[in-house]
Amino acid sequence: MDYNLNHLKELEAESIYVIREVAAEFQNPAILFSGGKDSILLTHLARKAFFPAKIPFPLVHIDTGHNFEETITFRDELVEEIGARLIVGSVQDAINAGRSTEEKGINASRNGLQTLTLLETIEANKIDAAMGGARRDEEKARAKERFFSHRDEFGQWDPKNQRPELWNIFNARKGFGEHFRVFPISNWTELDVWQYIHMEGIKLPNLYFSHKRSVFLRDDVWYAETEFMERKDTEVLVDKIVRFRTIGDATCTGATLSEAGTLEEIIQEVASSRVTERGGRSDDKRSETAMEDRKKAGYF
Amino acid sequence: MEDTFDSAEYLNMELMRFTTAGSVDDGKSTLIGRLLYDSKSIYEDQYEAIRKTSEQKGEEYVNLALLTDGLRAEREQGITIDVAYRYFSTPRRKFIIADTPGHIQYTRNMVTGASSANLALILVDARHGVAEQTRRHAIIASLLQIPHVVICVNKMDLVNFDKKVFEDIENDFRKFASKLDVKDVRFIPISALMGDNVVDRSTKTPWYEGPTLLYLLETVHIASDSNHIDCRFPVQYVIRPQSSEYHDYRGYAGRIAGGVFKKGDKVMALPSGFTTRIKSIDTYDGSLNEAFAPMSVTITLEDEIDISRGDMIVRENNLPTSGQDLEVMVCWLTDKPLQLGGKYSIKHTTRNARCVIKEVKYKLNINTLHRNEEDSSIGLNDIARISIRTTTPLFYDSYRRNRNTGSLIIIDEATNVTVGAAMII
Repeated sequence: MDYNLNHLKELEAESIYVIREVAAEFQNPAILFSGGKDSILLTHLARKAFFPAKIPFPLVHIDTGHNFEETITFRDELVEEIGARLIVGSVQDAINAGRSTEEKGINASRNGLQTLTLLETIEANKIDAAMGGARRDEEKARAKERFFSHRDEFGQWDPKNQRPELWNIFNARKGFGEHFRVFPISNWTELDVWQYIHMEGIKLPNLYFSHKRSVFLRDDVWYAETEFMERKDTEVLVDKIVRFRTIGDATCTGATLSEAGTLEEIIQEVASSRVTERGGRSDDKRSETAMEDRKKAGYF
Repeated sequence: MEDTFDSAEYLNMELMRFTTAGSVDDGKSTLIGRLLYDSKSIYEDQYEAIRKTSEQKGEEYVNLALLTDGLRAEREQGITIDVAYRYFSTPRRKFIIADTPGHIQYTRNMVTGASSANLALILVDARHGVAEQTRRHAIIASLLQIPHVVICVNKMDLVNFDKKVFEDIENDFRKFASKLDVKDVRFIPISALMGDNVVDRSTKTPWYEGPTLLYLLETVHIASDSNHIDCRFPVQYVIRPQSSEYHDYRGYAGRIAGGVFKKGDKVMALPSGFTTRIKSIDTYDGSLNEAFAPMSVTITLEDEIDISRGDMIVRENNLPTSGQDLEVMVCWLTDKPLQLGGKYSIKHTTRNARCVIKEVKYKLNINTLHRNEEDSSIGLNDIARISIRTTTPLFYDSYRRNRNTGSLIIIDEATNVTVGAAMII
């Protein structure tokens, strides 16, 4: 007989292997949990990796304070269900304490401010391996990432000088004060994630499914009405049927006009979509190498 | 990709990993761009972004290479620096491409990309024929035991799709490859820039009767690329739930590195040598009757024996080699040369250890395959046969037999950098 796994089971096996390798090689790992589908998937895979034991490390949420309410509710319910520890790093606290300064102007976002709070949270909790749900298909700088990505004592990424990663053997050695970012779902694509969520019946926040929402148009992107975004006079609120393809900070995540209300419909939509999921992310549009520049400084 | 998508279909898709290699101007990035573009895996916003950049640079065609060259320095210098991973899928398969740079100084990336590939795509410029780089790439593909090699003779448009040019290159390569350890080699005449024989069959090569590149990638048989004979289970992590429900549970978590394990199998734990039977093969989704490479599972045993990370569960009648003196082919990955007599850290399966470099047997000239026994200076990108002694026994197979249990990495203890990729002979 042919011993053969389908592509989703093979990706699952690879991710579980990476997550277990992190638990074995590091003292104090954590999952960076944003409430988005990728970190929900990562958490699901971590559950599988250690079953029937609980996930042996905490979830870390870097909270910009500009959240969709649904995300926070979902986060708290999930943490309760799996019995995990939750660590919250607050951007608002950093601003209040004067360590961070809000951006000014109409396009102000706390996206950039997350880096400082992320690095502070990593340091304060002595996290030596921060696992994230980033995927290589998301963005061109991420296509160059390793599974085990080394960060120096300043949390910086040096893309031109990365350690070669051979076979499935991960080098986890580091110097004092350094840490790793680990990306167990590096090899998944957006479509793989949706197919797997469907196959496994993983719960997601309602934001991912089509719903009626009050939105406005800016630079060809539909943004949800929130108290955190100022609108120009020309930007009028309208009700639209939308869903979110990615969920980040409410100020930089655009909604997609979509009628897809079930996982099947979403898979169908993603499979025939002609725009990348980050196409609705204004944080990536700031320059051609916006992601690389942020990642070098220590961003997710 | 079809406009309608059948959800049931994706459960039968296979995963295939391939690596691309080519000299700087062979058009490797263009070929990848072409595969992504013609299989409709490039999104409009990505295409629009590179179209704009190409136009600004005054280029005649949309430069698909810009899709893969993501780093600032790469875009500035117009070269690929690092391995870039790209993804596309057809209804049959999901593909992971490790796109590796072709310059001499970045050979380490090529080895990296090759290490986990099912297939190697090697590009040859039809005008220049089999070049030094081609030979180098083929040797690396052979050394890293990539099961399938496809030679794409590219830029056929620049030689008027001449059959003789193609055949001469094929003959040249075959002559050279007879000295290598590659089992499955195919040749395809293509033009990455114009798209001939990449996804769609070219009308300009009526003399070519083989498949298009995409069809070949979709159909080459990869199910037997994993070893399903020798049972090898390197223990990665011990699961002890400490809960009332699973009070006495002790599970050995890991990824099967070879063979097929079945519930009830008589197994042996190394290094202790104790034998017992498999009580269960557990996953979150329930227990399994059997499991095979590359599955990640948790094994419980009938008897309580002392097993920890780095140990290996095997079948009594099919043991790996166990020992501290190893002969390996090493590819050196860093500027600082190999220190004869030097001590390094190593990682082999889930086992961390240390080693001393005992001897450099010869340095391999990777253009001619000549073995130079006089030269023991091993620097960046050099490939050599060396012997090492490890601080603790390793349980291994030859790399030829099993890529998982036959490979190890060498780490500099001062800088923590991975300096060597080693394949056990």
